[in-house]
Amino acid sequence: MSSQTEDYLDAPEPRPEQVGGETFLEVRDLKVHFPTDDGVVKSVDGLSFQLERGKTLGIVGESGSGKSVTSLSIMGLHKAGTAKVSGEILLNGRNLIGASREEVRQLRGKNMAMIFQDPLSAMHPYYTVGHQIIEAYRIHHNVSKAVARKHAIDMLDRVGIPNPKGRADDYPHQFSGGMRQRAMIAMALSCDPELLIADEPTTALDVTVQAQILDLIRDLQQEFNSAVIIITHDLGVVAELADDILVMYAGRCIEYGNADDIFREPQHPYTWGLLGSMPRLDRDRTDRLLPIKGTPPSLINVPSGCPFHPRCSFSQLNGGSSETEVPELRDVGGGHQVACHLSADDRLRVWTTEIKPKL
Amino acid sequence: MTADVSEAGTEQPTQEELLSVTGLQKHFPIRRGLLQRKVGAVQAVDGLDFSVVKGETLSLVGESGCGKTTTGRLLTRLLEPTAGRIVFEGKDISHVSMAQMRPLRRDIQMIFQDPYSSLNPRHTVGTIVGAPFRLQKVETPNGVKRAVQDLLELVGLSPEHYNRYPHEFSGGQRQRIGIARTLALRPKLIVADEPVSALDVSIQAQVVNLLEDLQDELNLTYVMIAHDLSVVRHVSDRVAVMYLGKIVELAQSKDLYERPMHPYTVALLSAVPIPDTARRTKRERIRLTGDVPSPVNPPAACRFHTRCWKAQEICSTEEPPLVDLAPGHQVACHFPENAEPPAAPAEAPAES
Repeated sequence: MSSQTEDYLDAPEPRPEQVGGETFLEVRDLKVHFPTDDGVVKSVDGLSFQLERGKTLGIVGESGSGKSVTSLSIMGLHKAGTAKVSGEILLNGRNLIGASREEVRQLRGKNMAMIFQDPLSAMHPYYTVGHQIIEAYRIHHNVSKAVARKHAIDMLDRVGIPNPKGRADDYPHQFSGGMRQRAMIAMALSCDPELLIADEPTTALDVTVQAQILDLIRDLQQEFNSAVIIITHDLGVVAELADDILVMYAGRCIEYGNADDIFREPQHPYTWGLLGSMPRLDRDRTDRLLPIKGTPPSLINVPSGCPFHPRCSFSQLNGGSSETEVPELRDVGGGHQVACHLSADDRLRVWTTEIKPKL
Repeated sequence: MTADVSEAGTEQPTQEELLSVTGLQKHFPIRRGLLQRKVGAVQAVDGLDFSVVKGETLSLVGESGCGKTTTGRLLTRLLEPTAGRIVFEGKDISHVSMAQMRPLRRDIQMIFQDPYSSLNPRHTVGTIVGAPFRLQKVETPNGVKRAVQDLLELVGLSPEHYNRYPHEFSGGQRQRIGIARTLALRPKLIVADEPVSALDVSIQAQVVNLLEDLQDELNLTYVMIAHDLSVVRHVSDRVAVMYLGKIVELAQSKDLYERPMHPYTVALLSAVPIPDTARRTKRERIRLTGDVPSPVNPPAACRFHTRCWKAQEICSTEEPPLVDLAPGHQVACHFPENAEPPAAPAEAPAES
């Protein structure tokens, strides 16, 4: 009864008046530094990207690459005392960095909302699920409790919680992992946010539930036409959802492009490494995986030059500039950007002869 | 080779069986009230039959709550089974005492999931990896320190790490320390519970390769517990798919991935996200609705029937036995998929 074929071509057309090419979120040269006793942790070090309404951006990277720190700074959730945030975050043309806490608080929930990785620790254990959604809704809408409750139940129903009326009065611990994640999505979407940030939304979940949640995020995005940022380490998840992909390494963007380009013609050796590290169900079983050597760098002592050079197998190909110069993010055609010293010819040669046949 | 042949028809080619499990059960009692009376039981593992052949990798996969970790803990006898038999090298270890188990711990070792909580933060790497030698009072030719340093080298760490503490290492390196400790006494069977799921993608591949190299080098036998189906396909010789405490399908890895027969396996495989955007538009996916039912009150008969799109009346009244539907391919389903030759056993009518 629940078997169904996915056909994205049949998906409802987004409402035409909202299909705009205009940038909704723009991040310019974002830097988030944390001063510590051991030195300054440069979690994000000069990150820029843009996002339009109705589009999904996937941010991919390993732990410590700065992807979650980026999302928290967009939401304004860093403590002023501990984090030094600079650069610009323009939400609908309004700069969030430098805005007062109260201003950002007004935007949270209504204009931007976030789905956290671990729904058990992101929800308050003392209040019922319904109560928490009602609270979020009433902060931005001047309605009675009864109306808000009806809305909360509607939302729970929308995200596929069975018997939403009864379950609204349950506490978070009475929900299963997948249901908690749904409830959190319901909470995040209760005020119809224009920007939704999902930070590893399915990492804690089983594959069948993960598939349900990804479908849900996609359907809801089409319905609400919101801009979505999905943060994950799983290339499979971004391949399912994202229009554009941003690959982060050591606090910087090292590759950015259309999802199709990133998967078909990845340009950066790190992206090659990520693809080679994953065993894939859609290919024949390979004898060995092709891991990236070494470990992710410390963000206190980021390697000089290209931060990836100690782990890169091709850093010798360009006369030592990898060790001294930080490569800039350059366009290699069609909006596909890469920060790598390899010349276009070398990159193409390595990709076609060495990497692609082994993937 | 004294292991008895279980009723589920384990007609394995006569390779040496290292471990065999028959009717394995683990029920955790739920107690309530002043007298702590037993009011129910979590049926974490409910009747497993399988065997592990020397030198192979058998993986147990399934969603959380399916009992795969409990199975691992039963095999290593960190838990005592409620019923059933575990036979290791011809010796029944299902109910042996801690003291009797101790000498066997040399042969059966475990790799844990979380490299952060499985290493004592107050001990140096040398103490951690050397502990098995001390506990088992094993003499090493050139002293424990030398043996530990050799082990560190074997797993790709440097011998100089001997005096460092776990917090000085990254997740991947810690997992290597854990693996070195596991290997110290050259066990015959290693139960690896989600050995790579806590690691970053690039590190995951390093550890997977390491485990494979060690297997070739030391002729190890693995029981791998994992939920990542792509990793499982990569490492396993055989795969057992579990659902709510039971094995629903057990087959050679290749057969299972190419021709899954149990609807649950089919659904699981179709849910794995594929890192290829071209696939997005043409994939056919089976969406399972709802969650896994509670193991306190599992559905009657076929436990998957509440979520199965092929379920018929018989599925809720009669439990499908785990039977061979193809050579070495066991399935517990009344209406298996991909079973073209309808010459299946009589009690399991095949339907394409």
